[in-house]
Amino acid sequence: MNTRPIRTAMAAAAAAALALTAACSGGGDDDGKITLSVGLFGDFGFGPLYEEYTKLHPEIEFEERIAEFADHHTNLTTHLATGSGTADIEAVEVGYISQYTSQPDRFHNLLELGADDLEGQWLEWKWQQALSKDGESLIGLGTDVGGMAMCYRRDLFEQAGLPVERDEVSALWAASWEDYVDVGRQYSAATGGGYFFESSGNMFRAMVEQADEGVYDREDNLVVESNPAIGQAWDLTVEAIEAGMSNRLQAWTPEWNAGFSEGTFATIICPAWMTSYIETNAPDSAGLWDIATVPGGAGNMGGSHLVLPSQGEHPEEAYAFIEWLTAPEQQLKVFEATGNFPSAPELYENEALTGLTKAYFNDAPVGQIFTAAAQAVEPQYQGPLQGDVLATIGQGLGRIEDGSQTPEEAWSQVLGDLESF
Amino acid sequence: MTIAAKSTADPTGRSSPTAGPERPAGRFQHLRYRLDLKASPYLYIAPFFALFAAFGLFPLAYTAWVSTHEWSLLSDEHAFLGLGNYQTLLSDPYFWNALGNTLSILLLATVPQLLAALLLAHLLTLRLRGQTFWRMGMLLPNVASVVAVAVIFSQLFGRDFGLVNWVLESLGAGRVDWQSGSATSHIAIAVMVAWKWTGYNALIFLAAMQAVPREVYEAAHLDGASRMQQLFHVTVPMIRPTIVFTVIVSTIYGLQIFAEPQLFGGGGPNGVTGGASRQFQTLTLYLYEHGFNRGFAFGYASAVAWTMFLVIVIVALLNYLFIRRIRSDS
Repeated sequence: MNTRPIRTAMAAAAAAALALTAACSGGGDDDGKITLSVGLFGDFGFGPLYEEYTKLHPEIEFEERIAEFADHHTNLTTHLATGSGTADIEAVEVGYISQYTSQPDRFHNLLELGADDLEGQWLEWKWQQALSKDGESLIGLGTDVGGMAMCYRRDLFEQAGLPVERDEVSALWAASWEDYVDVGRQYSAATGGGYFFESSGNMFRAMVEQADEGVYDREDNLVVESNPAIGQAWDLTVEAIEAGMSNRLQAWTPEWNAGFSEGTFATIICPAWMTSYIETNAPDSAGLWDIATVPGGAGNMGGSHLVLPSQGEHPEEAYAFIEWLTAPEQQLKVFEATGNFPSAPELYENEALTGLTKAYFNDAPVGQIFTAAAQAVEPQYQGPLQGDVLATIGQGLGRIEDGSQTPEEAWSQVLGDLESF
Repeated sequence: MTIAAKSTADPTGRSSPTAGPERPAGRFQHLRYRLDLKASPYLYIAPFFALFAAFGLFPLAYTAWVSTHEWSLLSDEHAFLGLGNYQTLLSDPYFWNALGNTLSILLLATVPQLLAALLLAHLLTLRLRGQTFWRMGMLLPNVASVVAVAVIFSQLFGRDFGLVNWVLESLGAGRVDWQSGSATSHIAIAVMVAWKWTGYNALIFLAAMQAVPREVYEAAHLDGASRMQQLFHVTVPMIRPTIVFTVIVSTIYGLQIFAEPQLFGGGGPNGVTGGASRQFQTLTLYLYEHGFNRGFAFGYASAVAWTMFLVIVIVALLNYLFIRRIRSDS
């Protein structure tokens, strides 16, 4: 995916051009038509839904702007602060949502636009995440959730003499992450140093997401140093690194993308949205991947909300659209198309969802697997700089991986870096 | 000089009897003429200075003002800190790390690049078939977008599937994790910079070389100087001003490189900090990390910008003094 930064640049240029034309045409409703801009990171699979909505409401048109994950959130923050440049509708990933709920006046309050009687439509914690601290305003409606599973390569497991069927694989590490690391040791030994997983940062994050408390407490204090769950996750990850299990890839880089198609690692933490990345990055590996359960119980990783920045000039129209888009019916369509798992519990009883299988993953019953994963999630409080804190810790693990620091040095630098947060 | 010469000529015009008070129209014309002579040149160059003031000088001064405040994009209060930001900056080991990285990449990129450009320019002065083709070809890498160059080279220097490692491995040398090492990452980035700018500098050298009189070479030739000797003993001293120019321009550019290390680090946090150990974080990336990342600390970033400005002035000056020592008499 060597086109990502270029795409970013192009998206930026397109956004600038768009801002110009929007400014010239006064919002673009000269001919009675309204163009809603939608700012996303990556493809959310909304394409066919825009068309469907335009058929229902001919006066609404859409303009999608896609940026890279990190750039998207940085840009959104900049545009909110400078008072111009946001799209009518913006996606926000869960690692960033509480940074925005702390400044609710920069967003249209969806409770006033008609969301006040919709609460039951979403998983309770998904709804809560988009509420301001005082509970007075709701800044976003949930799209998908990232209940975790574990994707693994059947062929590589077979070569290593490990079980191949998903139930047996799940049983290998059902008890704990320690078992997962043990299986990793067996795998490395049997394959002569083969990599068990792609990036230690992801393994660490998965363990943290499963804990009762993450990197923040409910008063928004950083508890990285004092939370025993973090320390345990760090130690176990370091153990796995030192056993040579990590492919030492950094997520979202071209090398990482190539790792999927070349089959350089055997397992990867798999929130629902990851399945579509695997499929895109390794189109030739159909049937080789399968999905088992994740060690250590349930947890959520990722998932997004759609928010309406108060700069947007068409709050009613934009709200009507996102209410429609995040309704269970449409969420199901997105899941079928991309694998992004719905945050609407009503669907979890629906045969159309639970019965869904994916041929690419050896006909794994993705509907059942991710329904079970999503239902089991115990919500964890997400602090304001959640995403950045995890990235900083991930870099510390990276320094151990590339041999430039000992685990102790890396940990103390992480703590030092976090002091400036 | 010309303006001064004209103003000394003015008093004679005033005392001329034909331009007396009895001919007011003539006197007015004369005034207009004088005004035209004196003021017009300034008017002609005024647009540049007006634009420079608006887009160069004002931002410079405003940045200096911002740099003395605790100024975050996310808050409306800007507390005055005086030189506090500069103090924090100078005591931050990450800043010194970034400065060291920048100078190291500058050295690795500029020196081989200018030497190669000199050789290429020398080759281009020879009689070649399809001269225009070769000369235009020099410029192609420079026309390519810096982002495209950085993206492609980042892949070439990839650890697992990069072309460079593939070649190294097939030659029997081991694989190199270009990104994770300090020296290796600097080399990779320097190659990107050199690839883009070598041809450009070669063309500038070539233009300067064309202005060197043929006779000098003929004399050198008669004295039995080889082509290489001619290059270093005739050409280089003769084009010294051009070399000074390219050195200074490359220095200014090299101290500000951003896109290459940013894209080399990939999309995530490593693109901002220049690798997990900050092994290739340049000054501009350091600025970016503070100004356009979480916190949006514009005040601090402005202090970084001004410090960078001073660093560039100092390094450019040192380079100038150094290059001036090329002997011009051969």
